Amino acid sequence: MGAELGKYKSCVSARSTDKEILKHAQDGGIVTSLFGFALDEGIIDGAIVAATKEFAHKHPEKAMRDNSNMEFNEPWRPIPCVVTTKADMLAAAGTKYNLSPNVSLIKEATRSFGLDKVGIVGTPCQMQAIRKLQLYPVGARDVGASIALALGIFCMENFPYQSILQLVEDHAAMKMDAVKKMEIGKGKFWVYGKRGQVVQLPLKVTHKYEQPGCHVCLDYVANLGDISTGSVGSPDGWSTVFVRSKIGDSVWAKAMAAGVFETQPIEKVKPGLELVSKLANEKITKNKATVEARKTFGVGKGLRIPYI
Amino acid sequence: MADKITLGYTHLSGCTGCTVALADNYAGLLTLLDRYVDLKYMPTLADARHVQKVDVSFIEGSVCINDKLAVQELKETREKSTIVVALGACACYGNITRFCRGGQQNQPAHEAFLPVNELIKIDVFIPGCAPTPQLIRNVAVMAYLLLKGTKDQKDLATAYLKPLMALPVQGTACGASTACFCDLMTNVIDQGLCMGCGSCASACPVNAITHEYGKPQGERDLCIKCGACYNQCPRSWYSFDVVDNYEAINEAIMAALQ
Repeated sequence: MGAELGKYKSCVSARSTDKEILKHAQDGGIVTSLFGFALDEGIIDGAIVAATKEFAHKHPEKAMRDNSNMEFNEPWRPIPCVVTTKADMLAAAGTKYNLSPNVSLIKEATRSFGLDKVGIVGTPCQMQAIRKLQLYPVGARDVGASIALALGIFCMENFPYQSILQLVEDHAAMKMDAVKKMEIGKGKFWVYGKRGQVVQLPLKVTHKYEQPGCHVCLDYVANLGDISTGSVGSPDGWSTVFVRSKIGDSVWAKAMAAGVFETQPIEKVKPGLELVSKLANEKITKNKATVEARKTFGVGKGLRIPYI
Repeated sequence: MADKITLGYTHLSGCTGCTVALADNYAGLLTLLDRYVDLKYMPTLADARHVQKVDVSFIEGSVCINDKLAVQELKETREKSTIVVALGACACYGNITRFCRGGQQNQPAHEAFLPVNELIKIDVFIPGCAPTPQLIRNVAVMAYLLLKGTKDQKDLATAYLKPLMALPVQGTACGASTACFCDLMTNVIDQGLCMGCGSCASACPVNAITHEYGKPQGERDLCIKCGACYNQCPRSWYSFDVVDNYEAINEAIMAALQ
């Protein structure tokens, strides 16, 4: 196990000690609990999260409206929102498995929302965007230093909204409105209905619906988050947590001292870091090949590669 | 101080927003001037205004090709500087001055404006309208390290500046070094590289970018051709060598200005 897991100071398996959060959380409630704690402690004044239409209807002033989402009426469509209370945070808990351009709010969070210390949660590519924005702030005046806590989530690939629609309503034959939770784990895409029904799709089915832009991504475990988390490697209901930066280390230590999480050593849990490492290597190897193949995509002509 | 680098600032057809952005480093600017940079000439912030021999010169604004004096100052800047930096979107890409049709008092015949690298060789771009104080600061510190630093510092500065040095030579989607939303469309979205992070919409100074189901869509009539969306995008250009070490680099820059 090496570079595929990124730099980190510590790694544990953890879950929230807040039962209410665990009821709504995807896995161990790490992001929701950390942001909630950071709000209480004044580490952040607010956070950019992926909420849903239910939240956006209640708080349209906190939600990003765009040309394709003026009415907020699509179930399971993530809506980038700036949340400033623990209750808001809880309403946005859980993974939505489709695109949420959270970084689009990063400047506005420091402007009309008036935040001095911003939290943001995002995929590995969004963490890359955040760090590029801090080092090369082309259009982000006075934003970089305001990013007080960036939480990364493990990500194999993402889906356009219509892909999720297709998977849930066509392949899984369930109404989007009737879905309680979606999950990717144990080699399957799981759809849980509100009435208790469960449908599982093999990942073989989901591959062709993946967002193409994900196939050049060389980061599985959000190497550039202050703290990164995801279900892989930990038992059900728990999350694997990498504490990466100095900021992450300090926030995590405070949260632990305050009893926000219970933890187990990552070496003691099954399936453990080996699985994380295996999946990370699979993603990186596959996508490196995709990047390489771009060079000879045409006849004597290739596609652009962003990496220098 | 003997090992300061010398800096000049040539002000062509720009609105002084880039100057203000430089000044908006506040105490950081004073530290830069105290320790690292000897400001030789600059309209607005220095007594000397005429182009002199310097290590690094910043150029603000595009160049009006109907203005002999401006063209002459531009050429002289190139001849007298080791490194020439195009500061801000007008100098880099033309930006809002692309839309000028002349007719303004007191020089109604001054109507045609070009980004400066169409007339002289530019070494580094600092895009943005206005460029951010932090990017100007970062480039200034890196330029100092490149010219005066230890070997490690020179390597770091080279890696950091590399993408900004590639911009003047790589051209843009619409040709003739005109930046616009087209760059994002042509080189990122149409190339299957966009993953919907949202950086572009956040970077746009005129809110011309919205999202259609997570993917950027540009309102091209609003676009002022500044290039911020493309250059902020992590899929336009991205250096793992630099960005993976964001923490150490940010700390080094802050320490340099303490």
